[in-house]
Amino acid sequence: MLHKFARLVVASTVLLILAGSLVTSHEAGLSVPDWPTSYGWNMFTFPPRMWVANIFYEHGHRLIASTVGFFTIILATWLWMKDSRAWLRWFGVAALGAVVAQGLLGGLTVLFFLPPAVSTAHAALAEIFFCMTVAIALFTSPGWMRGYDDTVASDADVSPTLRRLATTTTILIYAQILIGATMRHTGAGLAIPDFPLMFGRLVPDHWNAGIAIHFAHRLGAVIVAIAVLSTAVAIWRRHPDRVELAHPSLVLILLTIVQLTLGALTIITHRDPWNNSVHVVFGALVLTTSLVLTLRTWRAKFGAAALTAKSGEVAA
Amino acid sequence: MRLRKVWMGTMAVALAASLVACGGGAPSNTSQAPSSPAGTPAGEKVDTSKAGKVAGTVTVEGTVPKNDAIKMNADPVCVKENKDPQFQTTYVVGSDGKSLGNVFVYIKDGLGNYVYDTPTEKATIDQKQCRYHPHVFGMRTNQPLEIINSDPTLHNIHAIPKTNAEFNNGQPIQGMKMTHTFDKPEVMVPFKCDVHGWMNAYVGVLDHPYFAVTKDDGKFELKDVPAGTYTIVAWHEKLGTQDQKVTLGEKESKDITFTFKAAGPTATN
Repeated sequence: MLHKFARLVVASTVLLILAGSLVTSHEAGLSVPDWPTSYGWNMFTFPPRMWVANIFYEHGHRLIASTVGFFTIILATWLWMKDSRAWLRWFGVAALGAVVAQGLLGGLTVLFFLPPAVSTAHAALAEIFFCMTVAIALFTSPGWMRGYDDTVASDADVSPTLRRLATTTTILIYAQILIGATMRHTGAGLAIPDFPLMFGRLVPDHWNAGIAIHFAHRLGAVIVAIAVLSTAVAIWRRHPDRVELAHPSLVLILLTIVQLTLGALTIITHRDPWNNSVHVVFGALVLTTSLVLTLRTWRAKFGAAALTAKSGEVAA
Repeated sequence: MRLRKVWMGTMAVALAASLVACGGGAPSNTSQAPSSPAGTPAGEKVDTSKAGKVAGTVTVEGTVPKNDAIKMNADPVCVKENKDPQFQTTYVVGSDGKSLGNVFVYIKDGLGNYVYDTPTEKATIDQKQCRYHPHVFGMRTNQPLEIINSDPTLHNIHAIPKTNAEFNNGQPIQGMKMTHTFDKPEVMVPFKCDVHGWMNAYVGVLDHPYFAVTKDDGKFELKDVPAGTYTIVAWHEKLGTQDQKVTLGEKESKDITFTFKAAGPTATN
């Protein structure tokens, strides 16, 4: 039951990331100028008839964020009361701290007129919080608790090289998302307006800060694609029978292909708001899929969780 | 006691240093002030009986781009308030196809140390039919700006200056008013409504009264200008700025023309 609830938190966080990216894509971040109130109303009593134009995105984002925050309180409390793994209980508390900090960053960026540093930090912490919710869902999953059908010992077979490769891939994806967030919040999304060439060339013939950030994001996409492919190939060659690794690696490849396509379409459509927002969501999905894969390569290091957790409560 | 003396001595040196750094204890830096036209002493008011006038026309050459169409369907109230198709007023071209409206013309420099009374009457910007009225206007530093929401829908008025303080205020109720003052000269301060992304306006804030905004006849007039040599600037939101030097004698009138160049599909609105 706890695992199912953790999955609900993950799903609601995906919705929250979509809502947040729609705010940025529609340039609606300051359409509700006050915080935590909305045009002077309590956020929860702000009349729906007033959710017009860009207010719909900004106010909707705030309401979904509040819901995710409430869910996270329940999740952290549930973990604290029912899970015997102390590190996981504290991890739940950390997730709660992250969502509170995230709410404060969201408020600050409104009150200070969207400074790029604060808005980028808001985007960066969103990904961290999403990773935490996904990790909690993984740590409370029956598969993780059983040690993959009692094959904890065989996890030791996962080579250190694969672990390092998967970990590096996850870090590279996060770095790529940070560059993307910086690009979004400094208005550099169309600093290089053509695709696949850049000003008609393979490399831009002139530079400024926006072009450099944009170029770094395109270069980062290539690097991430190579890293994802390398991880997947390593898994398929070394552990083709380990479905808990092979399946997410396949999903990771597919998500990356979709993500690259969405990135290209973002340029081609001149930053269509919905395309742009779905690109952000798929970036988060690529990151967390890689995270799940990475954590599973490290599964043996976590020990026999099922032996120490209150399995009847957690894995049910 | 000894320590106290050292402390007081240090404070005295620091105070003296800060006075020197801030120019304290002496009249303001007259050597750095802009030169007054015709050697006008600092703080003097313009003698309108000797003043002249700079008038003229702003025109545009080439093919003026079409104004962007505005889709208001994100807010049903805005749709209801506007029966006709709406377009931006970026390019306001007269019937002659040349004269250009919504151009802010002002004296950029050369006025020296004249002082001017701050107007007490309010400048006004109204949010009406989900548009800003006026789209381009001028006002004085410390002059009250009244911001009105005449619409039966919500607006936020978001000023994005570079020199003055940024502000973003909500006006959720029809008829709401607020007042704001800008304390530093700044040309131009953009306004936007983050609720309705198509709403934008510009205000030029100056510490003197010599500014005008052209209508679709492209004409402007700067009255009661004292004799002197001035840089006069014409600003357009898309076509940029142009400037020219004008030397004006006592009671003299000068006529000048600014010509912007444009390239794009022919304007139809």
